[in-house]
Amino acid sequence: MSKYILKRVLLMIPTLIGAGILVFFLMRLIPGDVCELRFAGTGLYVDQEQIDICRKDLGIDRPMFVQFADFMFGFFTFDFGKSMWTGKPILEEIGLRFELSLQVAIMATFVATVIAIPLGAISAIKQDTWLDYAVRAFSIAGIAIPSFWLGIMIILGLLIVTQEMTGIPWMPPIEYKPIWEDPVHNISQLIWPAVATGYRYSAVATRMTRSALLEVLREDYIRTARAKGLVEKIVINRHALKNSMLPVVTIIGIEFAFLMGGLVVTEQVFNLNGLGKLFVESVTNHDYAMTQSLVMLVVLIFVITNFVIDLAYAWLDPRIRYS
Amino acid sequence: MTTVSESALEAQIEDLEDKTPWLQRAKTMARKQPVGVAGLAVVILMIFAAIFAPWLTPYHPEYNDFANMLTPPGGDYLLGTDQFGRDILTRILYGARTALFVGFAAATVGSVLGLVLGVASAYFGGMFDLIFQRIMDVFMAFPLIILALAVVATLGTGTQNVIIAITIPFVPQCARVVRSNALAIREIPYVDAARALGFGHARIILRHMVPNVMAPFLILFTAFVGQAILLEASLSYLGMGVQEPTPAWGLMLQGGAEEYAESAPWVAIWPGVAISLAVFGFNLFGDAVRDTLDPRLRSR
Repeated sequence: MSKYILKRVLLMIPTLIGAGILVFFLMRLIPGDVCELRFAGTGLYVDQEQIDICRKDLGIDRPMFVQFADFMFGFFTFDFGKSMWTGKPILEEIGLRFELSLQVAIMATFVATVIAIPLGAISAIKQDTWLDYAVRAFSIAGIAIPSFWLGIMIILGLLIVTQEMTGIPWMPPIEYKPIWEDPVHNISQLIWPAVATGYRYSAVATRMTRSALLEVLREDYIRTARAKGLVEKIVINRHALKNSMLPVVTIIGIEFAFLMGGLVVTEQVFNLNGLGKLFVESVTNHDYAMTQSLVMLVVLIFVITNFVIDLAYAWLDPRIRYS
Repeated sequence: MTTVSESALEAQIEDLEDKTPWLQRAKTMARKQPVGVAGLAVVILMIFAAIFAPWLTPYHPEYNDFANMLTPPGGDYLLGTDQFGRDILTRILYGARTALFVGFAAATVGSVLGLVLGVASAYFGGMFDLIFQRIMDVFMAFPLIILALAVVATLGTGTQNVIIAITIPFVPQCARVVRSNALAIREIPYVDAARALGFGHARIILRHMVPNVMAPFLILFTAFVGQAILLEASLSYLGMGVQEPTPAWGLMLQGGAEEYAESAPWVAIWPGVAISLAVFGFNLFGDAVRDTLDPRLRSR
């Protein structure tokens, strides 16, 4: 087992370095840099000298290779440096948004799980009945409906419903407050984006639950369980569902990892100041340092989540452990 | 003598072949895959809208009727007008062109590249496979939207660059799936036989391996079209995709939609319905394709 863990940890390193190379050069390919942008924004005549000084200050006048080595070294020693746009430490800037994005991701994952497992199970048990078709249509709709549009519709719905019921239209609060400061305010703001994205992410998990359960239901031990006269409920809950959860947990885990960075569009709709928004801002501002750190963070979360899933797999399924 | 018997045989074979009229066959198909046919209907409807848009509506998609801005649905403007006095139905019909173009272009390029690379990776194996897989790992570790955004930022906005940005994340996804299927095929003796006959790598890959991974390829392709339409809409909504005045569904939701959500909800509702319906159609159709091609998923 320890050999397996070591192998998996070592495999993470090339992925991380590769992601670093990709983002580093992609950013450098964007025409213009943060210094030009900063001075061009003032609309005044700018001396080339000033731009050069700015570049020197930020260290982006150094050779590419030196910059890259610096960036990678910083990443592996957890020294992310300062934002090139705001000048504030990157860890501080990210920290502010991380909390919000993490909470939305957790809530969305929760919403997705609560929708997916029961619906997927019903769909498999009642295979090829109208109930199965309804669930499948519902889950395909989840993939088809853009979450940002669903977000707009949720806001619109809230406005109309509250207008009808109380006479005063109500909108989710715009200002973010941490959950321990004002839980009601916090939840009433973040539950909507969580529902909009959670529904979308439930779709894949629902389908996975359905197909995994269908496969398990055809196994011999399910027939045995039924033959010995077990109640169907016990057959499903204790024998079938438990054994079909492995791929479902994997899917949910991977989606959670993607949610951390993939909320860009939803954050835009609900005007949330999360990691996605920070990413868009830093790309538009040519803030190399910030974009690189954000991408590396998202990739790191993804890689670690995958690692944990693999470990869980190996732990649960001895066939993988010993191969 | 031989020719006679051969032609007789051919005639017999023809007799054995399914001669049921196409309508009958379509009915059988509809009964077996009702959901898939519904999806196909949506797809055909969309293609129809895209091709015949100029004949379906009297308006030009960029025509501004400043006297009738934000008109509610009904009357001259069936689905109402937006904040610039443009007919929403017209822009949705023309938007189907953008969506289909981006969808098919990105899906085709992405899946074909993925197909060739995936099969090649499985066929050559060894060091090539190892390095290639690590590169794919890197791409797969990015959330789709982040990778697409980064590419758009590098290349600039506009339809063509959006297609490239959407294609790039598709390649590794397709390559990964195709590779795992091709690995199994590589072990089948006919590939050895082809090699023993002295065929070149390109011929073995293209003629012997690629046709055998068509099933997962087609499944992925239909899924990609839907995903690409959705991704284009998301990018356009963020202002990083197709640019005004090109009619595109995601773009129609940008700006006006939220601002006028309360006073003119139709601006926000219809383009979203169009996106959802289109992706829904492609997904339903894709599911049917998968059920038909993948025998393991056929219900017993």
